Amino acid sequence: MQIGNLEIILIAVTTASACALPGVFLVLRRMTLMSDAISHAILPGIVLAFFLTHNLSSPLLILAAGATGVLTVVFVELLQKTKLVKEDAAIGLTFPALFSIGVILISRHASNIHLDIDAVLLGELAYAPLNRLKVFGSDIGPISLYVMGGLLILNLAFILIFYKELKLATFDASLAVTLGLSPVLIHYGLMTLVSMTTVGAFDAVGSILVVALIVGPPVTAYLMTDSLSRMLILSVIIGSVNAVTGYFLAFPLDVSIAGSIAVMTLLIFVTVFMIVPNRGLIAIARRHIRQKWEFAQTMLVIHLFNHEGLPEAEAESEIAHLHEHLQWEPTFASRVVRYALNNRYVSQNAAQLILTDRGRTIAQRALVQ
Amino acid sequence: MDNFLFLTRIDYTLIVVSLGAALLGTVSGALGTYAVLRRQSLLGDAISHAALPGIAVAFLLTGSKTPLILVFGAALAGWLGALAIISIVRLTRIKYDSALALVLSTFFGIGLVLYSLIQRSGNANQAGLDTFIFGQAATILKRDVITIGILGGIALITMLILWKELKLLIFDEGFAASIGFPTRLLDILLTSLLVIAIVLGLQAVGAVLMSAMLIAPAVAARQWTNKLNLMVLLAAAFGAFAGVSGTIISSSTTGLPTGPMIILCATLFVGLSIVFAPNRGLIWDTIRQRKNRRSLKIAAGRLLEEPQQESE
Repeated sequence: MQIGNLEIILIAVTTASACALPGVFLVLRRMTLMSDAISHAILPGIVLAFFLTHNLSSPLLILAAGATGVLTVVFVELLQKTKLVKEDAAIGLTFPALFSIGVILISRHASNIHLDIDAVLLGELAYAPLNRLKVFGSDIGPISLYVMGGLLILNLAFILIFYKELKLATFDASLAVTLGLSPVLIHYGLMTLVSMTTVGAFDAVGSILVVALIVGPPVTAYLMTDSLSRMLILSVIIGSVNAVTGYFLAFPLDVSIAGSIAVMTLLIFVTVFMIVPNRGLIAIARRHIRQKWEFAQTMLVIHLFNHEGLPEAEAESEIAHLHEHLQWEPTFASRVVRYALNNRYVSQNAAQLILTDRGRTIAQRALVQ
Repeated sequence: MDNFLFLTRIDYTLIVVSLGAALLGTVSGALGTYAVLRRQSLLGDAISHAALPGIAVAFLLTGSKTPLILVFGAALAGWLGALAIISIVRLTRIKYDSALALVLSTFFGIGLVLYSLIQRSGNANQAGLDTFIFGQAATILKRDVITIGILGGIALITMLILWKELKLLIFDEGFAASIGFPTRLLDILLTSLLVIAIVLGLQAVGAVLMSAMLIAPAVAARQWTNKLNLMVLLAAAFGAFAGVSGTIISSSTTGLPTGPMIILCATLFVGLSIVFAPNRGLIWDTIRQRKNRRSLKIAAGRLLEEPQQESE
């Protein structure tokens, strides 16, 4: 494998990990759409900073865009505070307005700057290694690897240092306030990180697909675990798997790498959604089927229990006529009888069904409930 | 004489584009009202992004760039995306916002992969993608206006026919279900109407800004009234007005793209409504608060008078 390819994979994995970490908290705090808003709204910040520096990989760009991101959050919250606009509408109003300003700024000055909107919106991972970081004249690797590596370390450090505070503010904000923590401060800290990570990533994957990196892995991990720490670790692993498999999907087809990573994000989410125990689609379907038969068997024992010892008991417990009493399809009824016999809820005496002790307790318990 | 002809031609284009933008504003303003009231404002954003793979597949299959075919592909993919969001929310514990963000970004990713495939085969150029993301209101032709008029008209008429049902659905879904309305079907239908408004708007304002086209007129209208019928009417009017004024402003100066200008106009209406609307607006609210405080002070003063006299 060429060194360039290895560098692309490294950048992809670093970017995916750096995005997945704050994404976990966004998913749990129901604020994922804020990342969508931020990723679009930073455009005017990037443009203004670009006017000043004329360099797309300048650190000032990240700072300016990060500041625009935080400003977006402030705008959304101000709009909400008026109580005239709901949160979702506030988000949906703010980012298109800021994005429009960005587009207008670019097209007003399109003749004298070289800022490609496509580069901002779509990114191209394949070109990421072309921008090299040179220290004392020697090449030590692509700039975006260092930028994303730095952001990964920053995110990791923030989460490790404020783990307790983040956890409390996410799951019980009012308790956090009572204990003297400031959820507002944590909130803005998190939003600053999301803004900076989004900006750092736009150059590799673009501002729309960065949402897939932020939301996809945590949502997938959310289906697999109930523990915050495990969700964080799983998200990073899933993000990395998405990045690597996405690259190998794109490479032979020669298509957009970032797009392929998003495709893998969806595929892996769907796969996990299907097969994960307890919450997966297959598990849900199996549980439904099991419950259907269990319920039918309970109905059967209750029916037998109700008529037990009464004069009509003999007629009511006749296997051949059970389906009429319970208003079931004949085939369905015979299957229920077979299952009930297997489970020893009932026993067969010539053409009649007789409740066993086990069946009787089940009927009694069901009736009490 | 040449000069004169040149002017009339510009006027003609301007009229067509304004008409198209006004129609789009009407349709998306009216239907956006439902999205805003259901707190699904960002569904439009997801649908508009999810439409991209549909456009790409429609092009790959037919090889044609006929707007109607592409619109059909876009509608199908956007509709599938909306359905995916509803299913994820219903079947898992994943919340609405996460499901929306996931579908939005990954569907867009699929579209991007397909687009790079098309580009590699040398069949199309990047321009198609740019149009999708930013829209190109300036390229609206007479036949586009007719398409918008017919499809948008169908959507609006459906909305009027099902007025009572949709009203019940958005304000009290549980009650609607309990008296036997097929709420799931109505939900899908309302989403489908939204999909129509969105794919029609893609050409004018593009995927990124489409969500504001739906939300902004409705939010502005919300400030002026508490009645659904008035809100729908007002939102449609705001939408149309934003479309026309945005188009005219952008045509008056070079380098002002139409789509973003329309969005900024609509956002301006929201700002003005929030500040000036009677009853709900910020100014009205401040005056009322001040009045309340004063009457409270007078009442408190009266209560305090007696004990004060005693203490003297």
